[in-house]
Amino acid sequence: MKEYKPKIVCFLCKWCTSAGADLAGTSRLKYPSSILPIRVMCSSRIDPMFVVKAFLNGADGVFIGGCHPGDCHYHEGNYHTRRRFAMLIKVFNTLGLESKRLKLSWISASEGTKFAKVSNEYTEEIKNYGENPSKWNVFL
Amino acid sequence: MKRIGVFICHCGINIKGTVDVERLTEELAQYPGVAYIENYIFMCSEPGQKLIRDTIIEHKLDGVVVAACSPTLHETTFQDALEEMNINRHQLEVANIREQCSWVHDDIEEGTRKANLIIKTAVEKLKLNESLTPIFASLTKRVLIIGGGIAGIQAALDIADGGYEVILVEKEPSIGGHMIQLSETFPTLDCSQCIMTPKMVAVNKHKNIKLYANSELESIEGFVGNFKVNIKRKPQYVDPDKCTICDDCTPVCPVVVPSEYDEGMGWRKAIYIPFPQSIPATFTIDTENCLGFNPIACTKCSDACEPDAIDYDKKPEYFEEEIGAVIVATGFDLYSVDNMAEYGYGKYPDVLDGLQFERILSATGPTGGEMYRPSDGKVPKEIVFIQCSGSRDPERHLPYCSRICCMYTLKHAKLYKHKVHDGQPYIFYIDIRSGGKRYEEFVQQAVSEDGIVYFRGKVARIYKEADKMIVHGIDTLTSKKIEIKADMVVLAMGIKPNNSAEKVISNLKLNTDENGFLIEAHPKLRPVESLQSGFYLAGTAQGPKDIPDTVSQASAAAAKVLALLSNDEISHSPIVAIVNEELCSGCGICVSTCPYGARELDEIKKIATVNDVLCEGCGACISVCPSSAAQQKNLTDEQILNMVKIYSYL
Repeated sequence: MKEYKPKIVCFLCKWCTSAGADLAGTSRLKYPSSILPIRVMCSSRIDPMFVVKAFLNGADGVFIGGCHPGDCHYHEGNYHTRRRFAMLIKVFNTLGLESKRLKLSWISASEGTKFAKVSNEYTEEIKNYGENPSKWNVFL
Repeated sequence: MKRIGVFICHCGINIKGTVDVERLTEELAQYPGVAYIENYIFMCSEPGQKLIRDTIIEHKLDGVVVAACSPTLHETTFQDALEEMNINRHQLEVANIREQCSWVHDDIEEGTRKANLIIKTAVEKLKLNESLTPIFASLTKRVLIIGGGIAGIQAALDIADGGYEVILVEKEPSIGGHMIQLSETFPTLDCSQCIMTPKMVAVNKHKNIKLYANSELESIEGFVGNFKVNIKRKPQYVDPDKCTICDDCTPVCPVVVPSEYDEGMGWRKAIYIPFPQSIPATFTIDTENCLGFNPIACTKCSDACEPDAIDYDKKPEYFEEEIGAVIVATGFDLYSVDNMAEYGYGKYPDVLDGLQFERILSATGPTGGEMYRPSDGKVPKEIVFIQCSGSRDPERHLPYCSRICCMYTLKHAKLYKHKVHDGQPYIFYIDIRSGGKRYEEFVQQAVSEDGIVYFRGKVARIYKEADKMIVHGIDTLTSKKIEIKADMVVLAMGIKPNNSAEKVISNLKLNTDENGFLIEAHPKLRPVESLQSGFYLAGTAQGPKDIPDTVSQASAAAAKVLALLSNDEISHSPIVAIVNEELCSGCGICVSTCPYGARELDEIKKIATVNDVLCEGCGACISVCPSSAAQQKNLTDEQILNMVKIYSYL
């Protein structure tokens, strides 16, 4: 049987996490190809709708990466993200989507190692959960 | 529909190694919207860019996707290529298939599959990109320099000589940094203070330089060209305009504390001038140790001060300044010797760090340049220098090479030998890194003429026996144990970012690497700029370096700032928020969300507006808009959702 390869949509902020992901590359660290990056200016740009849509379209996981609290390039964008993420988990539970498939992590531009580590661990986690059932079971 | 050209870069084998570029070209040729697709060995090269330019004409392209390295590296290169062909620079997208794809995957199947998806997202985004023109804003032709060491001083003088105003902020009561503490400098052995003080005086005298000593940056707001900063001047309690530097105050001061300037090797009073050549030349009261803040306890200095310059009630002062750019030159501190317990620092007074030894060597130091050891004032006859103390030791200490320790240790040994002719210096080293101009010659001369003995190896332990420091080490070249009965031990500590740098850097929202050094925009091609526009880097704040490199980098940063300030207007990214007036209900959530005050309510139309000049394009106001009236130009909800679809569809 072919190995199951999850699809993880990753929203990375330009200033910290995307730069951290670039550093992981420059350092030639390895992580699975299930990590699919979309670069946004700030994690606060991420509308909860993007996350819900990703799931309904069939993504197996959604990862949001931002600057560490206090380090946001735009001063307070990641605080919005943090609150929105807490809300998103509630919305997911209400809709019957699996909130355990969501991940938020603060990764700075210097943390290439952390980006690779989180990518590896998160992919393993999603692999254990298996395919996202909401693509068949949820109709909104 | 837009005619899009896709150009896939091999980057030598950097991309081609894990991405099958030929197959990718075939696969994506059929993708809707792709009018032309090609792969080439180096897209960023001139032939690569020419390929783009020629294809734009030949295939009548309206947009280009370059699948290559991270957009931080070559986005502007390719945007310029488009502009040359009269295509708007925002009709370019870079698909990052190197840093975030080929370099992090081993399997060619996996790499190719993922690169395919990444390129498709770029194509989807580009389909809806609008052509935008930059927003122009006015430019304040002044620069803020943080740090008054040699880097900050050099940059300040260069910019001031170029005719622009400089605000120089230094946290200590005097400028000069660590360089003013040094005795001589390698490899020429010229006196550090002799070359430094004229520059310090020049800063003080220059009509274009405004110096805030004993001051710190409180806050900064704005964007490149238009920053507003708040500077806090800590009280010195001595009015510099009244103070005549007569020095009547220090003899009467009853409080004696270790001198920072002498690295604890000498003493100073609670009212003090850091060193004789201090700029600004005035006395300072050290609040932590002075008794005078309780008027009943002591007013001795105030009584002795004839011009009545001392005011214990002085409060911090705050200054607003408008500036256009910032140079960060916060410098270094030595890696703390407290981390080196095995070498007995702190326990044995004759175990010193590099800067302390520097003070003993210095003619203005506590011993007046005579070689005496701290414990009993004897002339040390045998000294052991230990290189890489706390450097190149990823398990326990700093992982990196501090670049200056090999040379400063050698200089120490040489200067010691010049003072104590019958003395014997020994140096333990891992490698000798003498990669500067005339550095290797300096090493060879020291070994052949000064009789310095080198042992390749590390020191395991130091302990005291009678009045000798017993140094146990190993010489890995002869595999022999070494035991030296030394009179003194000098640890060549590595350097790390200045202790105050973290606060400054987090205030400025700049990025640092894992060791706390500032990250440059490009490690090779943009070494003095930060990725955040308007911020420039100089000196050891960016990484360990010696004085010549620091001065070169400071001048380079000054040149960059001069180029910026020579413009009359500054262009601001047009990737800003936009409001659909039909949909906006004027609820005002965006107004309270914007950290820059760029969103306002139009009281007449009852809708929210965007001030393009203030908008930094973070997008926070877009995702809070309940009616989707707010959008981010060229990163709309529709564009992001189309990208999400590429990744998440079956």
